[in-house]
Amino acid sequence: MKNKGLNKVDLIFEKVDLKEVLTKAYKMSSGEIIQQVLESGLKGRGGAGFPTGLKWKYTAAEKEPEKYIVCNADEGEPGTFKDREILDRVSYKVYAGMAIAGKAIGASQGIVYLRGEYRFLLPQLMKELESFHKISDEIGYKFKIRYCLGSGAYICGEESALFESIQGDRGEPRNKPPYPTTSGVFYKPTSINNVETLVTVMMIIKHGAEAYVQLGTKDSRGSKVFSVSGDTPTPGIFELELGMSVLQFVNEFGDGDTKAVQVGGASGFCVPRKKFSETVIGFEGVPTGGSMKLFNSSRSMYNVLHNYLDFFAEESCGQCTPCRIGCQQLLKGVEKVKKGEAKSTYLNELVKLADTMKIASKCGLGQSVGNAFRTIVENFKEEIIY
Amino acid sequence: MYQAGNLVKKLSEKHGRSRQSLMPILQGIVEKYNYLTDDVMVEVAKELDISAAEVYGTASFYTFLDTNARGKYVIRVCKTITCSMKGKKDIVDTIEDMLKIKVGETTSDKQFSLIETNCIGWCHKAPAILINEIPYTELTPEKVVEIIKGYMQK
Repeated sequence: MKNKGLNKVDLIFEKVDLKEVLTKAYKMSSGEIIQQVLESGLKGRGGAGFPTGLKWKYTAAEKEPEKYIVCNADEGEPGTFKDREILDRVSYKVYAGMAIAGKAIGASQGIVYLRGEYRFLLPQLMKELESFHKISDEIGYKFKIRYCLGSGAYICGEESALFESIQGDRGEPRNKPPYPTTSGVFYKPTSINNVETLVTVMMIIKHGAEAYVQLGTKDSRGSKVFSVSGDTPTPGIFELELGMSVLQFVNEFGDGDTKAVQVGGASGFCVPRKKFSETVIGFEGVPTGGSMKLFNSSRSMYNVLHNYLDFFAEESCGQCTPCRIGCQQLLKGVEKVKKGEAKSTYLNELVKLADTMKIASKCGLGQSVGNAFRTIVENFKEEIIY
Repeated sequence: MYQAGNLVKKLSEKHGRSRQSLMPILQGIVEKYNYLTDDVMVEVAKELDISAAEVYGTASFYTFLDTNARGKYVIRVCKTITCSMKGKKDIVDTIEDMLKIKVGETTSDKQFSLIETNCIGWCHKAPAILINEIPYTELTPEKVVEIIKGYMQK
């Protein structure tokens, strides 16, 4: 299958006339907004990739008068830093996306949950929020946004843990169902969307769904902001059309000696050199919230895996056993194999444990530890053992 | 000196006394003192009319709501993969050398604490640290010495 190659796009950071787009959305009905977003094929940009239009459709259908829009700015996935950049440079577009979402689902309140690590941005963001409220009030929106801060817990990026945190509790994920669309923050119908998703929605309203679907592929419409780091001469933030292969990505960003790319952060997938050309970055291949880490041949993939497992062992909320114990045992297990205290075949047992965690863990954290574990162990077995 | 009684009252006035005020109140105390004492958590519990165990339960979940005594400036060094690849160890060694403390410790004058933290979102400008809330990026041992000297003179 021929793909589109690597194309740079400028939608997210493009300067737009806020008043013009907000006025356009204000004149649209809830149904019309949702229809546009559905037709755009937009999937959530935080990593999980749930269709945004569907999320809004479900929340809009709830009869409860008190509903919420929550902006998930708890960007904690290792290797992701695009949401900070978006908030820093174009926060008014995030606010606009929230107001448009509010109109679509019938919510008058929005909450931005900002990770504690980004608190230094808050004074500037509050000032920009004030200017935004002035403009949205003038147009006639009855939508107010406020900020809640995190305090250093990766798990709070999980939507139901994030709600618990806003409510002043430990950030422990809830059982699902019920889903946020029926019972979210304060147990009210909630649409929770990633920072980038909200900005994308604003741009879909501005340009129309028809224009947006020209970008990307059938399964991965549009463009996406990538956070590029690791062994690359050009680390940073790049907005690219979806549908490129890892090889095309590496040709642009690699240092000529790339042996693996970790797509989607610690909870994502490791793609080794031999699979660069066949692997598409997107929902038809390896999905990503934007984290792209390049490793060259000087790096030990054991160190990479160990670092990720150490991360998960610390960040697991500890609520469910498969994740709490699983993360610790995977970490201890690879250490044992490395030291020669366990046979190399023990790795197969560990992969089985990671698979069990995928099935038995309560939330996305425990469920996705196995992604990096399996793909690193399978592709770089000798580096783990010797 | 840790005298948070007044601060707890002031923060409760500002954020309200409902359960959802708990995080902003604790964050407000940490913003000023960098950590939470048992006494201050009891004070918050009284103010919000909830059990002290509830306050401790919430606080102890979040790494930034520290319940260990910390100095005036908390240095958090990112230890996640990119920072670790790009020289995090040199940064830690330099700070340990300069302040004569190990990771997890606080200087005897209670000015600096040194801890390691998970990804703080500056991978493209690694290695990175936070001092209280302020990020410093693309560090070298020389750069970090200058930065800490600046804090010493504050």
